[in-house]
Amino acid sequence: MTFGAATREATRARWAARASLILKPLQSALDAFPPSRWLMRRLDRRALKGRLLAIAPPYAWLLIFFLAPFAIVLKISFAEPDVAMPPYTEVFALIEDAGSFFLSIKLNFSNYLLLIEDDLYLRAYLNSLKIAAISTALALMVGFPIAYAMARAPRRWRGALVMMMILPFWTSFLIRVYAWIGILKNEGLLNGFLQWLGVIGEPLTILNTDFAVYIGIVYSYLPFMVLPLYAALERMDESLLEAASDLGCRPVKAFWVITVPLAAPGIIAGSFLVFIPVVGEVVIPDLLGGSDTLMIGRLLWAEFFSNHDWPVASAVAMILLLILVIPIVLFQRHQAARQEAAR
Amino acid sequence: MRRGLTPINLTALTLGFAFLYVPIFLLIIYSFNESKLVTVWAGFSTKWYGEMARDDALIAAALMTLKVALLSSTVATVLGTLAGVLLARFGRFRGRTLFSGMIYAPLVMPEVITGLALLLMFVAMGLARGYFTVMIAHATFAMAYVAVVVQSRLATMDRSVEEAALDLGCPPFKTFLVITLPIIAPAVIAGWLLAFTLSLDDLVIASFTTGPGSTTLPMKIYSQVRLGVTPEINAISTILVGIVTIGVVAASLVNRRAALRRERDERLAFAKT
Repeated sequence: MTFGAATREATRARWAARASLILKPLQSALDAFPPSRWLMRRLDRRALKGRLLAIAPPYAWLLIFFLAPFAIVLKISFAEPDVAMPPYTEVFALIEDAGSFFLSIKLNFSNYLLLIEDDLYLRAYLNSLKIAAISTALALMVGFPIAYAMARAPRRWRGALVMMMILPFWTSFLIRVYAWIGILKNEGLLNGFLQWLGVIGEPLTILNTDFAVYIGIVYSYLPFMVLPLYAALERMDESLLEAASDLGCRPVKAFWVITVPLAAPGIIAGSFLVFIPVVGEVVIPDLLGGSDTLMIGRLLWAEFFSNHDWPVASAVAMILLLILVIPIVLFQRHQAARQEAAR
Repeated sequence: MRRGLTPINLTALTLGFAFLYVPIFLLIIYSFNESKLVTVWAGFSTKWYGEMARDDALIAAALMTLKVALLSSTVATVLGTLAGVLLARFGRFRGRTLFSGMIYAPLVMPEVITGLALLLMFVAMGLARGYFTVMIAHATFAMAYVAVVVQSRLATMDRSVEEAALDLGCPPFKTFLVITLPIIAPAVIAGWLLAFTLSLDDLVIASFTTGPGSTTLPMKIYSQVRLGVTPEINAISTILVGIVTIGVVAASLVNRRAALRRERDERLAFAKT
């Protein structure tokens, strides 16, 4: 320590001693005075304020741009379409009558009635659920062996394998769906290859069928299934399987009673991550499916962009949300529970 | 019970990754096709790249997409990192259940619903639709991804370093800046990259929330794809795939080197004590 610093220290100590001579009695006087206690508590709360400052921005953003919009969708689903901008009538209006104001609420249920009366919508909802359920099962069947093999690969390979699984997920979804058009077309690469092999004489019609939609969905959503499965399987203790086989358990049975239950968190998370978004899928059925591939997301898109019927589109979205709210809440609970377990 | 790669496992990996990568490779190969017919090989040519470079509308759309992606991913990273910290470090606070619900729901919410809801919100707020509204929309759904990435990194991080700083009298905010943030920086960067590519990719939400004159690249590609498959789209796709691949691989290499360096520093620190 240099000389200058030492004198500074000494000066500071002297001043602190003088200050405490004055401050100590003042402090005890203040302590006896109730409002000061309130002030001290306020100062303690400064830490709390810091917390609030950190919580507020993301919280407010999500409330305004994620939660509140659903209230508006609900409101507009009760409006009537109108030739105006925005193209719907007001649901709430202030009406002046003889000097007093009334809040008029005009609820128009015809959008929902349309969804019930026209069985096109019911079929679209059911078909979306069917396609989502089948493609989730397919993705699980395709994804499980891959995730299992990744988890059993030598440790030094795993990082690279995970990277290879994530990479397609980062590249454009649209481009990956587009790539399949060139493959599945009648004069496409798959038919050309099969004809060259001599397996088929006539080209198969694959593009514009439900089958093409399944291929597209499984392809696009595969990483969402594989990565949670891999995370669960990688943590699994292999000695359990050895113990089972030592005790005479056959491998197939060991798979069902040990591997599958231990992989359950991954199976659940992966299935939610595939099933829920696929119910509302638009792009894949539009590009790979036929004109008869009925899915509710596609219908909503058409109501909005082709018919410019915002109220019906809102009603379709509300019902879709109502169908999906249970799986979404279950998914959120599952994620929150996993996060608690990780802490 | 055999460890490592049994023939069955090796087959699963080969078939699985072939399924994932063959379509992308075919797409890239046919972008160099001389013929206008995407599926008939007629010799090597780079003319479609030239064609693409002369397409002014396409270039404008690409620049618009880049602008939206840069802005939205930055906003999403700031908000998402905060949200991740809240979920991992703030314990219970009032409204936590709602908060975690609003973080996890966008991950699975069908895009048509998010897109329509955001559009109606912007109309109700009286915001003029354009790149700015697309930016807000992308930031909103991408911040959920960033939050999940950051939160999972925080969950595995050694908390004792933070606690040591707090015990030594470092204020919480400063602790976050000088201790926590450098440690979770790779996750924050990964989150930014993820938000960036999500925004680059998005077709559905952008279609709902954009206004006249603000066409993004995916919207442009989509409208061309619906007219038919052309080698020009293959060329754009190849370039996009190339950019993302280089970015992701570079980021992961940087991350790996940072992790190695940190490990070495920690060993050195232990050796000194």
